[in-house]
Amino acid sequence: MTAVATVPPRDDTGAFRAALPHLAPFLAVLAAALILPLVGNDYWALIGTRMAIYWVLVSGLNLVVGFAGHLAIGYVALLTLGAYTTSVLVAGNVMPPLPVFAALPVAACVGALFGVIVGLPALRLRTFYFAMSTLGFATIVTQIALAWQSVTGGGIGIAGPEFPAPFNTAWGFYFLCIAIAAFTTWLSANVARSRYGRALIALRDAEVAAEATGISKPKMLIAIFLLAGACAAVAGGLFASLQTYITPDAFTFDLSILFFIAILIGGRGSILGPMLGTIILTILPEIAAPLAAWSTFLYAVLLLVIVLVMPGGIAALLDFRNRRPLAANRAIVPRPTALADIMRKSAGERTLALRGIVLSFGNVRAIDGLDLDVAPGQIHGLIGPNGSGKTTTLNVISGYYAAKAGTMTLGDNALPPGLPVLRAARGIARTFQTPRVIGEASVLENVMIGGSIEGRASFIEAMLALPRNRYDERVLAAKARALLGVVGLEALADVRADRLQHSELRFIEIARALMLDPDFLLLDEPAAGLSNDEIERLAELIKAISARGVGVLLVEHHADLIFDICHYVTVLNLGRTLAAGTPADIRVHKEVVSAYLGG
Amino acid sequence: MLASILASGLAAGAIYALVGVTYNTMFSTSRVMSFTAGQLAMLGGVFGSMFTLKLGLPAIAGFVLTLLGCALIGIITEFIAVRPVLKSLDQHLYVLSTLAVALMIQQVAAIKWGTEPQPFPRLIGWGSGVTDEKFWLPVLACALTILGLEYLYRRTLVGRAFLAIAEDNFAARALGLPERNLRIASYALAGVIGGVAGFSGGELLLAFFANGALLNFYGFVPVALGGLGNNRGAIIGGLALGLFQQAANFMVGGIFSSVAVFTLFIVVLLTAPQGLFGASTARRV
Repeated sequence: MTAVATVPPRDDTGAFRAALPHLAPFLAVLAAALILPLVGNDYWALIGTRMAIYWVLVSGLNLVVGFAGHLAIGYVALLTLGAYTTSVLVAGNVMPPLPVFAALPVAACVGALFGVIVGLPALRLRTFYFAMSTLGFATIVTQIALAWQSVTGGGIGIAGPEFPAPFNTAWGFYFLCIAIAAFTTWLSANVARSRYGRALIALRDAEVAAEATGISKPKMLIAIFLLAGACAAVAGGLFASLQTYITPDAFTFDLSILFFIAILIGGRGSILGPMLGTIILTILPEIAAPLAAWSTFLYAVLLLVIVLVMPGGIAALLDFRNRRPLAANRAIVPRPTALADIMRKSAGERTLALRGIVLSFGNVRAIDGLDLDVAPGQIHGLIGPNGSGKTTTLNVISGYYAAKAGTMTLGDNALPPGLPVLRAARGIARTFQTPRVIGEASVLENVMIGGSIEGRASFIEAMLALPRNRYDERVLAAKARALLGVVGLEALADVRADRLQHSELRFIEIARALMLDPDFLLLDEPAAGLSNDEIERLAELIKAISARGVGVLLVEHHADLIFDICHYVTVLNLGRTLAAGTPADIRVHKEVVSAYLGG
Repeated sequence: MLASILASGLAAGAIYALVGVTYNTMFSTSRVMSFTAGQLAMLGGVFGSMFTLKLGLPAIAGFVLTLLGCALIGIITEFIAVRPVLKSLDQHLYVLSTLAVALMIQQVAAIKWGTEPQPFPRLIGWGSGVTDEKFWLPVLACALTILGLEYLYRRTLVGRAFLAIAEDNFAARALGLPERNLRIASYALAGVIGGVAGFSGGELLLAFFANGALLNFYGFVPVALGGLGNNRGAIIGGLALGLFQQAANFMVGGIFSSVAVFTLFIVVLLTAPQGLFGASTARRV
């Protein structure tokens, strides 16, 4: 599907000026890092190097913990793995010795592989379970390092790799680490700012909605586990060199805690925050030497304080823009007429047809032999009392439930049961009864999520900020802004979505669904919680959408809205069709009137 | 060898099972999985050694004081790490807050008690070889704890109130049950169970600060095997885990036994995320 919306021309100087406020803090940190050699001694070189190495690991881990929201607390395991792989390869314990600059990339590959192995449980497990599995992995790696004496030297240890000149002095090595840290920062920032970064946050905060827009969780997670594992292993190689000699004791669990807490102190979904967090946590024990033994205790106290008092972390403290109050009496004024310029007109040849759908939960038949046709360009109303199976029908169509019997077809093709992730590619978009938006992302980003599958750039291209990714970003942003104009929310584009009112969230969901240029749009009670004025505007908007050839399936309790705009109405009761016909037929249908409308 | 595997497997398994029950006891009233479960068992050993060896108290007095100390830690956990995050249970902040408390406990133990394993006294002095008390004491403690819990849950009003809260928190509160006090009580009870695990297993595991992290993991495996909140599953899972681990230990060596346990854990979680005895999860949309 192609966007009709015009692609804004490239304007690099303007883009740079817009990015400068975001870029400035990073440049300041880099400048400070470059000034350090002029003012510091070798002791500071050591601390600075350590900071840079930790950040190499944290910058990758941040995508896992801060963006994807998976609580990986045992990442010291991958640091250990990288340190031993590099050291062993350079020492030549198992094969002819490699030069250190060849050993590091090998270690990165090994780390990436194990990053995925450690991360795989995250596809099925959340929170505590995943935290436990990474913790278990961390204990195992140390034990293996202790036991595999012929390779790792066991408890006696092994010499770390030595870098050739000019990186064999304290400051030379420092600059190497800073350069690598700057590079991983750039990589992770590119991922974070691309549609992949947004998809990660969507999977974290609104997984169901992310699936409906076609974001595949396994693909996304595997990509970032590869990146995080590689970063951690490279950090391990550098760490081994800094230590000059490594034993399993060097990789205490306290390090894991430092990495993990640095991200949480920094704040989720931020890069600057965790970077400052890493710097603070590395310096903290140094400037308070008597407290060095208590450093883990301090980290733990910090973690508790952050969780209880300041869940947003440093990033929330620095987010000045979202403290400005919003206008209190703002109104949503959609401009449905603009839709024609933005949305591709749907080809409008295929009908979405359900035949004999049956779905039960235990002994309750939620849907019991339902037939339904949604024709292109038509608004099909689905009404009925609570528990009659309306939302369940939407969930069957969008694949969250697999029907026990019956068929779904889209034109001539069968629509397979289940598999919600594949619905977006087939042109089916939806909204939810309770709006599922990402509170911590901006309104614009929330809408851009809807176009995730339209992006052309691969993860690698996004990570390296290649032209195709930049093109994707421009197209998605322009289209999202235009659609926000259509639903009347363009003034709020840059505001965090959790600051909005309920009714505004409903319109965001519609804009997000339209990003797909869908052939079919499933709306689940879009008018719930809206004022009368807003319902009227919503009605105009839905009519304009169907005029673009979109088949709309509308679940609603507001009978007036249904009878106003629908071309066809199906009434459900106890999972069966009670009546079906034009609004005029339904309004006078005896059973419907007595069972549902009253009168 | 078989006798050794059985003796050490059942002993270790009984300790893992008790830690699993500690997890479940906290979970039942608060829906929170707490990283402090293993730390409570670690404290059982450290407190026990401190009271009986360092301070020279009689075993009974040391036992009672240990349980009191662990119960107190349990209550403190409830106040500072659980109650504040209950309002937003869906954000899973409890993972972080209980991790923070667990780390604090571990760090204080490491600094104040020492980072070397320290001996735990012989309590009774019965048996030798595979019938040594260090093997049967944890099993006995586990059996008595189960009997005690069964009595509590089935015969007493407080126990039934626990079950009611665990079954349906909202309905229980609507009936007027003092949910908050019951939650505090359950955290104290969890402290006691963890303390029993650590005290009875003290001769086997010694008084060692790093036992906390170890037992956190090995105690969680039976919970994952048996399903959250399912005590019967945790007991069966714990004993099975102990036997499996010790059999692997004797046959292929210590390192690979932990690799084997980890692999088992991951495989079970991936194939049956709700545990072998658990119920399936709620709807998402």
